[in-house]
Amino acid sequence: MAETTTTTTSQPLKPKPKKRKSRLTLKQSKYLFVYSCLLLPLIFYITIRFYPTLYTFNIGFREWNILSPEKPFVGMENYVALAQDPVFRKSLWNTLIFIVFGVSGQVVIGLAIALLLQRINKFVGVFRVIYFIPYVTSIVAVSWVFRWLFMNNGIINEFLVNIGIPPQLFLNSPDQAIYIIIGTMVWQALGFQMVIFLAGLENIPKMFYEAAEVDGANSWHKFKSVTLPLLNPTIVFSVVIGSINFIQVSFTQVVNMSVNAAGGPLHSTITIVVYIYQLAFRQYSMGLASAATVILFLIVLAITIFQMKVLSRKFDY
Amino acid sequence: MKKRFLHVLVLALILLLAACGGDSDTGGDSGTSDNGGDSSSGEGTSDGESAGEGEIVEIEYWQYHFDSKVKLIDELIEEFEEANPGIKVKHTTFPYDQYNERVAAQVPAGRGPDVINLFYGWVPRYVDSGYLQPLPQDAFPHDEIESEFFPMVEAVKLDGEYWTIPTAVRTLALFYNKDLFAEAGLDPDSPPTTWDELVEYSIALTKRDNNNRLQQAGMAWEPSQQGHHWFRDALLYQAGGQGLSDDRKTILWDSTPAGLEAFKYWLDFPTTHGVAERDFYTDDVTAFRTGHAAMNVDGSFRIGTLQNDAPNFEWATAPLPMKDHRSTQSSFWSNGITSGVEGAKLDAAVKFLQFLTTDEVMERWLDEIGELPAKESVALQDKYLNHEIYGAFMEQLPYANAHFFVDESQERDLVIQAVDRVLLQNVSPEEAFEELVEETQKLFDNYWANR
Repeated sequence: MAETTTTTTSQPLKPKPKKRKSRLTLKQSKYLFVYSCLLLPLIFYITIRFYPTLYTFNIGFREWNILSPEKPFVGMENYVALAQDPVFRKSLWNTLIFIVFGVSGQVVIGLAIALLLQRINKFVGVFRVIYFIPYVTSIVAVSWVFRWLFMNNGIINEFLVNIGIPPQLFLNSPDQAIYIIIGTMVWQALGFQMVIFLAGLENIPKMFYEAAEVDGANSWHKFKSVTLPLLNPTIVFSVVIGSINFIQVSFTQVVNMSVNAAGGPLHSTITIVVYIYQLAFRQYSMGLASAATVILFLIVLAITIFQMKVLSRKFDY
Repeated sequence: MKKRFLHVLVLALILLLAACGGDSDTGGDSGTSDNGGDSSSGEGTSDGESAGEGEIVEIEYWQYHFDSKVKLIDELIEEFEEANPGIKVKHTTFPYDQYNERVAAQVPAGRGPDVINLFYGWVPRYVDSGYLQPLPQDAFPHDEIESEFFPMVEAVKLDGEYWTIPTAVRTLALFYNKDLFAEAGLDPDSPPTTWDELVEYSIALTKRDNNNRLQQAGMAWEPSQQGHHWFRDALLYQAGGQGLSDDRKTILWDSTPAGLEAFKYWLDFPTTHGVAERDFYTDDVTAFRTGHAAMNVDGSFRIGTLQNDAPNFEWATAPLPMKDHRSTQSSFWSNGITSGVEGAKLDAAVKFLQFLTTDEVMERWLDEIGELPAKESVALQDKYLNHEIYGAFMEQLPYANAHFFVDESQERDLVIQAVDRVLLQNVSPEEAFEELVEETQKLFDNYWANR
């Protein structure tokens, strides 16, 4: 190996490059170019993403108030502290609620809209645009519009009072706030889900439906036995993306929609990312925040593996 | 043949990696040398010249971004540099939200300011981290600080040293809408002065619609804004309660019945009296500004906002309504010197701090920013005490309290939590108050245990 290396190193330096050059065919040099181009993002990824990630694992075992130069090693203390922290447990539980209700709502409604849009012939473009606009609207703007809609004396309470229902606390209520935030997120992500499902539906060959019709299947049977199984890879994709999205992106919505901008009232809307931010940049406990980040990493990993293994069964006809 | 190609490929990759590595190394080098160049050129000139001629020393000043403060500091720096030809001051600002993060991010990099502007509630954390150095006693003698400045400045005295010094301070007072007073048949020139009057007035100023929904709040009420300060540093002392023990280790809120009395009085506004609602028109400031709340307890820093926005009604300020005693909350931003600063730079930093705490700068600070002078002799001049807007804030300064925060954001969250427990979970005020004292005490225990 070493020998070949030395010979090859000297190759470009040899006085007669003509012969050597011919060894790299056009195709090979093309590959060389492609690989070297791909390397740059890899290096970027390693230094900007991968190294800090590993560093986070390290900090998770240390006590570090971000301002001080010392970072004493404390072993598992941060993890023990988190396990005993009721707010952290609450944030885990809330994150679970976000994923379960958010992702299922998003997938079911997104699929329903895609199925409906597939059936109509007129104004398809208009509807697609209408459903997609929220997705490209700023999250902060959407959050504040919903916040005003659900204000104590906002338009929704006005409506409720007019039809004889007592006004609700909505975002001020520890029981309702989280579902309003989830609803806002679902509404906003619908456009994206719709596009994915429309693409998935296009890929299902018509002949399966024709064959099913010949067998006398009604629409429900067609949906259950043809559409759903063949759409499975799309559903898995959208569930995985949706879950990760709900874990990560919930931050902006929660910060903008919760009454104290920090997951209130009474931590009822706090998610794990919001709590990590608070630990790191409000309380400056970088050790605790890093430990919580590692736990979040493990959760995302587990969810992804679970969804890949369990949900991505292949159907073939 | 194929194998050979593979070798070439692998080798090329290694070479490329090495090259890139080299590139990024050199890139990194040049980057650091650039940055280093900047700072070291600063240091170089300062060190070199302080060693040689002592001509130009550059110090860096950091504060958060608040337009009028940035503008005034820029002007002041210019004047300071003119008066001290050997000193240059570099002024850097960051958005308020990111201020601590930016500071924190610069610490591991070993860079940062020489003089830094900090909220007094953050000072203990910065002191603990070894980020600040005590103010040199020859330039800032303790007896001078204690005789000239308002007593609240002692909040930044830790371990027997002053770590920062303010130019200006702020207090809370009652803002009220004169038009709504007149509309409700109240005299716009005699605002409420006692606890009971405040309740009577707010009831008179409250309007509800046919469905019993709040249309106009007599009192804006927002625990997450100034509300928690109002309770902690004003109501509690007004009822005769105590804040902290002298060693600052024990919360004394529940040592007399006054604490619970203040807590209940405060909570009665949205509950018993029904004259307020949380998040009414999103927050207290908006509600007051749009004329949906007739009164609000807010800080002197809101004067500028209100004057700029020029709401279409007449408003005025009054000292906080009192019970057995007078009290208000005060807070301040203050300037300190970071720990690495020494030699000529330290002298320059001290001079700059002395300049920022002169009487003249304090008066200009009030004129242009609206924050109150931190020195008694400057603040308690007749022209200020009789000022129609500032007067109420000034006259409260001598008895204003600045709570010693061990963790400002967590202590605030605990008060909000106690309020939520009562308002949303029907917990009795007694129980919520007890929890509040207990949890806050835990924060203090934790803080002192780590020192």
